[in-house]
Amino acid sequence: MIKKMLKSDDFKLKNCINYIFVAAATVIFAILNSTGGLKTSYANLLVQIGYSIILAVSLNLVVGFLGELSLGHAGFMCIGAYIGTFISIQLNTVIDSKVICLIISMLCGGILAAFFGFLVGLPALRLKGDYLAIVTLAFGEIVRTVLKNLPWFGKAMGMTTGAVKFTKKDAPLFIVVFITVIIVLFLVQSLVRSKHGRAITAIRDNEIAAKAMGINVTFYKLFVFVFAAFFAGVAGVFYGHYTTPVMYTFFSYNYSIEILVMVVLGGMGSINGSIIAATLITIINTMLQKYLPGELAALKFLIYALILIGLVIFNNAPKLAAFKEAVSFKALLAKLTAKKRRPEDILNDPAHWDKIPTKIRMDEVLSTDIQPGNEYVPDKPEKGGK
Amino acid sequence: MSDVVLRTENLGISFGGLKAVQDVNLEVKKKQLYGLVGPNGAGKTTIFNLLTGVYQPTTGKFYLNGEELNGKTQEQINRKGIARTFQNIRLFNNMSVIRNVLVGLHNQPEFKCSPVSSILRLPTHYKTEEAMRERAKEILRIVDLEDERNNLACNLPYGKQRKLEIARALATNPKLLLLDEPAAGMNPHETEDLMNIVRKIRDDYDMTILLIEHDMKFVSGLCDEVTVLNFGTVLAQGETNEALNDPEVIKAYIGG
Amino acid sequence: MSILFDGLSLGAIYALIALGYTMVYGIAKMLNFAHGDIIMVGAYAFYVALISSGHMALGIVVAVIFCTVMGMVVEKVAYKPLRGASPLAVLITAIGVSYLLQSISQLVFGADPKVVTIPSLGTVSLLGASISVSSIITLLIGAVIMAGLTVFVKKTRTGRAMVAVSEDKGAAMLMGINVDKIITITFAIGSALAACASVFYLMQIPSVEPTLGSMPGIKAFTAAVIGGIGSIPGAMIGGVLLGVIEKICLSIPVLSPYTTAVEFSLLIVILLVRPIGILGKKRREKV
Repeated sequence: MIKKMLKSDDFKLKNCINYIFVAAATVIFAILNSTGGLKTSYANLLVQIGYSIILAVSLNLVVGFLGELSLGHAGFMCIGAYIGTFISIQLNTVIDSKVICLIISMLCGGILAAFFGFLVGLPALRLKGDYLAIVTLAFGEIVRTVLKNLPWFGKAMGMTTGAVKFTKKDAPLFIVVFITVIIVLFLVQSLVRSKHGRAITAIRDNEIAAKAMGINVTFYKLFVFVFAAFFAGVAGVFYGHYTTPVMYTFFSYNYSIEILVMVVLGGMGSINGSIIAATLITIINTMLQKYLPGELAALKFLIYALILIGLVIFNNAPKLAAFKEAVSFKALLAKLTAKKRRPEDILNDPAHWDKIPTKIRMDEVLSTDIQPGNEYVPDKPEKGGK
Repeated sequence: MSDVVLRTENLGISFGGLKAVQDVNLEVKKKQLYGLVGPNGAGKTTIFNLLTGVYQPTTGKFYLNGEELNGKTQEQINRKGIARTFQNIRLFNNMSVIRNVLVGLHNQPEFKCSPVSSILRLPTHYKTEEAMRERAKEILRIVDLEDERNNLACNLPYGKQRKLEIARALATNPKLLLLDEPAAGMNPHETEDLMNIVRKIRDDYDMTILLIEHDMKFVSGLCDEVTVLNFGTVLAQGETNEALNDPEVIKAYIGG
Repeated sequence: MSILFDGLSLGAIYALIALGYTMVYGIAKMLNFAHGDIIMVGAYAFYVALISSGHMALGIVVAVIFCTVMGMVVEKVAYKPLRGASPLAVLITAIGVSYLLQSISQLVFGADPKVVTIPSLGTVSLLGASISVSSIITLLIGAVIMAGLTVFVKKTRTGRAMVAVSEDKGAAMLMGINVDKIITITFAIGSALAACASVFYLMQIPSVEPTLGSMPGIKAFTAAVIGGIGSIPGAMIGGVLLGVIEKICLSIPVLSPYTTAVEFSLLIVILLVRPIGILGKKRREKV
């Protein structure tokens, strides 16, 4: 059994490099932190990177693997941030350790977000594409409006989370966040690299065919939706423990879109891409906020917009497909490694027959046909017999 | 009559006022190769869509091994044992050949593995995953695609894509296999090859096969019985050569 | 009574915006997420023209022309290359365009709201209720524009070509209709309507900021979906319905903070009961 396990794809280096990388980062920064070499602002940045990765990876599951657009991811995060952290604050009056409060509220926040994911998903997943996008967006806005107006969460002033906010005295929050990131990565990648992951990508590739293969489309859509909502809720709880007050304005659909930018930038359906993009965008965000004061902050969104439009057009425009093929990394690699093939080789190798430009040869045949004196004569022997 | 696999009773559907299919009675017996022929727009693919739950029939009923399947969803019907291929190929294009077949194997009871055990990587996951791969390779061997198993489905030539669709449908372990124009776009050599494959599937798996095809050589060379449709109604039915030589049928085709 | 009238005029604004969504969706089969931001662009254009010239009328003309051109440019640059690509890709690009327009206007005009001083038109009393004249104007002109649009689509060659393209793009192309041109025209009309809506909107809330368009935009899209996307009368019905509901909610103290939530819940409920909207047509996917 263990031999089978070790032989499977899970233990190939390229498939676990991201765990190793995140784990190494955790260890390095933890050591830096314990020696006092890590500034608070950097520790905060690490927390932001951590929950951004969780958000991006979980949204990628919905957008990249299932192929449905959800614009309500910030809404699920909002549930985690408000209700999860609220639970944590209540717990804190009984339990002293902030870490334990955090872990319990993480589960609670995640489960609550997942429950709402189920509530929205159950009906909404009957809808397709644009409709689903607008319903999830609407859901996000509903959550935000309701949580803003409920009496327990500080109303328009936002919810103060000072009681459970991690400060310098406490264990560094980023370690908890990074360990969670590793767990999330494991769970998500295990799902994706299983028969269930295959079913999910099958639905994305061709829903009709997936149905015809007996795949329970509704179940898997709902499953992915709930799964992703859970992680968004967890990310929200981290947010609540890292900043105060928790403001409803943060969770507008603009934030959902920011997560979407991470997913698109990293590549839809690429988990490592999401990790890298989430890290990069979070760092760029912080840098821009620091160096671009006031009105120039809009430049950030300008850059996002251009990245988003440029990348999507580049990756999807039918007319650019040939160009993309020519400049892609794989093509460059192939060009460097390929031996020059003579046309005769291609002709003699059946594996390459699909590359023979048949149309041109057909034209040649036709043109020789038409030329006078060059007509195709079917029965030569008969002619000679005359 | 226990060897009748598929039976339809006055099956029909209308879209708005248009009666696309009307009063179709079929009886397909076990291990039979049954053809569904007719000019374009005769309602052949519509019948397939009715039998697989894509459309719900407005009149009539259909039974698989005596069990009524009206009103079931596509997923349920597939699990009851009807699998199909599509006229306009619908493969999972961004997946490798073997993964396409693995999706077909998804619901087989012997490869049961809950999402939880997959996500937590319990031993069942590894066991089923390997068993599924073995079975998928076996199925690909039937259609001669084992060597292509790691290529992307969309990179296969047309004829091989059609064969992969058959393999994928076969993977769902159906009692009845519906092939929608399996030989379309194939050259004579490939068609010959496909005929052998279809026969082999019938013989090795005791499969009952209902197929739509325009290539009359293919139909008469392969099918035991045919139903000829025109404008959604049955024109002739019976032993292949007899039905195809029916004067009504010839009239419908030639337009006399 | 005055609530109803306010609701109707707000509804007319939503309907004008919703028409842009619905027409583009019907013809180009895409959700133009940036449509709301065209309103914002129109509002800024109106603002600039108004403070530099002082004429209301000139402001309106400038806003309409600027938006029309903007709509066409956006279509040509961002959406045209993606024709035939997956809907998801197009939608994400539209979101990108929305971001782009917002950030550009923030860079140009700053994030602070700019106050647009429109001379108050006062109120009249009608059936015992005082109703603002601007509401009446909005309602009247809105109705005229919508009637005009209906006639345009039904009676003119271009209008009929638009219907043809929305029914079946391929067949329309085979009939010699220049589909690209029709799509561009659709974007132009939709953007012009959005510009009108922006002026009416400013008459109600006389301040403009970069994010002005997003909420009315999303609500108008909601209206379009409620009415049945792709259907012109549906957009009108949906818009008016949403406008009236919004004003009624705002007038009830307990509900007023939850107005947005109520509207979006209505969207979800309607989509559940009737996923194609009130007047939408059902489409089958060919297998």
